Amino acid sequence: MSFHPNEIQRRGRFARAIVGITVALLVGAFFRTQVLQNATYALKSEENRLREVPLPAPRGMIYDRHGLIIAENIPGYSVSILSPSPDSLRASLERLGAIVTLSDDAIESAVRRMRRDPNRPTVVLSDASFDQVSVLEEHRSEFPSLIIQASPKRYYPDGPVVSAFVGYTGEISESELNSASYDGYKSGQQIGRAGLEKQYEKELRGREGSRFVEVDARGRVVRESGARPDLLPVPARALKTHLDLDLQRYIASYFGDSLQGGVLAMEPTGEVLAVYSAPTFDPNRFIGGIPKDYWAELNADPRRPLYNKAIQGRYPPGSTFKLAMAAMALESGIVTLNDRMPAPCTGGYTFGTRRFKCWDHKGHGSLTLAQAIEKSCDVYFYQLGLRIGLTKLIAGGVDLDFRDRSGIDLPNESAPLWPYAVDYYNRLFGPRGWTNAVVLNLSIGQGENSQTVASMARFFTALATDGEAATPIIGDSPIKRSRLFTLDDEDMQGLRSALAGVVSGRGTAASAVVQGVTIGGKTGTAQNTHGADHAWFVGFAPVESPQIVISVMLEFGEHGSRAARAASKIIAHYLKRPAITPLNTEGE
Amino acid sequence: MIRRAFADYPLVMLALLLSAYGIAIVYSAGQTNVPIPYIEGAWKRQLAWFLIAIVAAWFISKASVRFLEWVAVPAYVLGVLLLAITLIIGSGAGTAASMKGWITIAGVRIGQPAELAKVCVVLMLAKVLSGSRDAPRSLVDLWKPALVVLIPWILVMAQPDLGTGMVFIGIFFGMLFWTGVSARLLLLVASPAISLVLAFSTGLWGAWFLLLLAVVILYKPYVVEGVVLVVANVLMGVAAPLLWERLEPHQQARLLVFLDPSQDPRATGYHVIQSKIAIGSGGWLGKGYTLGTQKRLAFLPAQHTDFIFSVVGEELGFLGVTVALALFLALFWRAIRVATRASDSFSSLVAFGLIAGWFVHVAENVGMTLSLLPVTGIPLPFFSYGGSFMLACWISIGILVRISSEGRGIADAF
Repeated sequence: MSFHPNEIQRRGRFARAIVGITVALLVGAFFRTQVLQNATYALKSEENRLREVPLPAPRGMIYDRHGLIIAENIPGYSVSILSPSPDSLRASLERLGAIVTLSDDAIESAVRRMRRDPNRPTVVLSDASFDQVSVLEEHRSEFPSLIIQASPKRYYPDGPVVSAFVGYTGEISESELNSASYDGYKSGQQIGRAGLEKQYEKELRGREGSRFVEVDARGRVVRESGARPDLLPVPARALKTHLDLDLQRYIASYFGDSLQGGVLAMEPTGEVLAVYSAPTFDPNRFIGGIPKDYWAELNADPRRPLYNKAIQGRYPPGSTFKLAMAAMALESGIVTLNDRMPAPCTGGYTFGTRRFKCWDHKGHGSLTLAQAIEKSCDVYFYQLGLRIGLTKLIAGGVDLDFRDRSGIDLPNESAPLWPYAVDYYNRLFGPRGWTNAVVLNLSIGQGENSQTVASMARFFTALATDGEAATPIIGDSPIKRSRLFTLDDEDMQGLRSALAGVVSGRGTAASAVVQGVTIGGKTGTAQNTHGADHAWFVGFAPVESPQIVISVMLEFGEHGSRAARAASKIIAHYLKRPAITPLNTEGE
Repeated sequence: MIRRAFADYPLVMLALLLSAYGIAIVYSAGQTNVPIPYIEGAWKRQLAWFLIAIVAAWFISKASVRFLEWVAVPAYVLGVLLLAITLIIGSGAGTAASMKGWITIAGVRIGQPAELAKVCVVLMLAKVLSGSRDAPRSLVDLWKPALVVLIPWILVMAQPDLGTGMVFIGIFFGMLFWTGVSARLLLLVASPAISLVLAFSTGLWGAWFLLLLAVVILYKPYVVEGVVLVVANVLMGVAAPLLWERLEPHQQARLLVFLDPSQDPRATGYHVIQSKIAIGSGGWLGKGYTLGTQKRLAFLPAQHTDFIFSVVGEELGFLGVTVALALFLALFWRAIRVATRASDSFSSLVAFGLIAGWFVHVAENVGMTLSLLPVTGIPLPFFSYGGSFMLACWISIGILVRISSEGRGIADAF
């Protein structure tokens, strides 16, 4: 070794420089990682150790107009599990299956949920029973990644009574998560599935909160809370509706188990009091997944309980449509209320070679328009229809919105059927395949005309007021009214007194007369090729200053007078019951 | 020769500070949410080994350098023998379960002979290099020192222990540099290894080869030497892909993951990624002593051994890292001072060889926690948990203290 002190000193300086530069480089690298990139790594470290456990927000309460509860939340439990991979989730679930029963379906759907949202605890049981929860709590130590937490559960105290409008809630599906309309939703969340729950989903959905649990590298929960402050869920504001739960209950009890059909009751200005469809079902059983047997039972029922007869069912309006004929004719000045038709009713009317019957084969003789409404004389309206003419008749129906949905704030309302123009018949039957006889059918509410209970109720709000129809509104959507026809006061009064005459000793609904209340309305019988005719009654009361407009349709009800009896009972209950003291719901 | 009355206190103080810092971090490494009893109690055993090591260092410091020179050959033979035995009866441990690095007797792990072999190799190499008056000037002159390192290097690489192999290479080059071998010769010696690395890119290797040819022609070494070098480089260039095939899969993986840790975030790359997250999330002052979440929740691997520096980074932040590195820097500088002031060439070479070994340990271990260098199982002096390593570190300190006290000049303050 060359060991001269000068050389040694030189090498020593060089060695010091190498060491110094290396340490300086390392310090620089640590400075970059720890100080400059601190935010990035701090976040990654938090992502490593914290798992966000959603705290479901209670859905908004739904109240009726008096503050009675239509939908509320009751305590429930949800069970979810944290897993690093789908395989380990499957393994955990199989072990879990030994303690609480888990179907293969439940396991598969949990694995799908996890694939979708790997960092969220995978919901295993969205609505665990108290028994399941207590068994799981006992075995807590075997499942360190299990998360059991309170999660509010939807409940409808009146169950079957409110099924026609309230809807239900359920877990968001795979396809809904992919759709733009459910932007911001996460798997495992509950959404409104039908009715008001779906219509007012945005309002009823609370803001989900978060709890942060600390997990170790193997996904075991080591700290349940306090790892980071919880974000509390924000409950949604209550939905106050115009509904009248007392009336709704009355309607349900009137229908019982035997009658089937639909009812819509509203104020003439649009506030819906009741919507009912019979037979009904219990929406509470739909919460947290519809049991297979119940679903099968409902679908197998020939009376179709899942088919909403108030807003989805379409039926020929029958004689209730004669009011549309009258309004059209009066507005265009073709007739007055006192005008008679050339041919008196002899129980039928001959058009061309065919004879068109009146419902009353005894005949009504010569009638004015007002009398024809009271008696529901078909022969009068055949001639009125011919006088209006097919083109104007169809256009008039379109103008009276008989092709439009009522616009009620419920999802899945069916649009009524009415020809868009004469061309409709050319397309349906071919240009020479039909005759003017279609006018006669349309004139008495048969033929190519099907209306819903809701659309007929809307039309009658125009008769109950001044020709402006009100869109039925249940929730807090703005009231909407639009003019259907313009008649002078005299004509309006005349039409109303004719309708009052229907529900009187001389009318078709004589059996529906109620002491002390003058009810105005029109019966109808819808021809039904599948069985007994459907019975209609659409009307309002009291005639002098209407407070309620009601549309009742009884499937297989045979004659409108039966529907009229139902309507008058409902009206009588509404107008004659003792006043209900509103409950204070401001604090909710 | 002036015999000093006092030990090199600054050197001892630095080593004591580093040991105390290290044991404190070993304690913290055991503080996890789901405690692992072996790691939780590691600090007590580390403390016991530390006390043993101090006593050993005190005894060593009482031994004359001449005694060390005399003991170099038997120690070297013993060290090589132990390495050979380890290879036959050795067992793996912990994260290095596939290695044969530990000697186990009746189920009790006695230690890693490789740690003590490093000291033996330094002594032997110093003896060989100090034997000749002039520094080696040609490759031919280098055969003896090369052989001294090659034998234990092969035994260590066969374990396989890449880290210790790198330390031997560091010691070899460091001591050749200290003995006065020219930079040109060092480059020529290193050239086959450089060829080996560059062989994976034909263009790079071609450029390197042209550069090497230029150096060979310019400095005109012996003809045989020149030919040997060129042939060695060509052979390495050809052999590299074959050697790559021979590498253990875990070694291949480590090298590949070094190039891109994210290519395998769940397995091999996991260690490095989690280590960087631990260090990066520490910030200026860290998450607090014993409070590192990456460590507590078992995201950080080997937190008491190879990745112990990540715990420093996570819990004590940039400040703690800087303090640790500053202590190491001070230790190195002080030890270099010992080497420059040594009374004779043997002791000077011993001092510098020990420094070179430590330097590789610190640079590689700290560098890998940030993924600046590939991950090899190499401990951090005074920090990583391990009895024989602690012992080896303090034996080195004992030797340095002795060399310092026999050294030239007047004892001065640090």
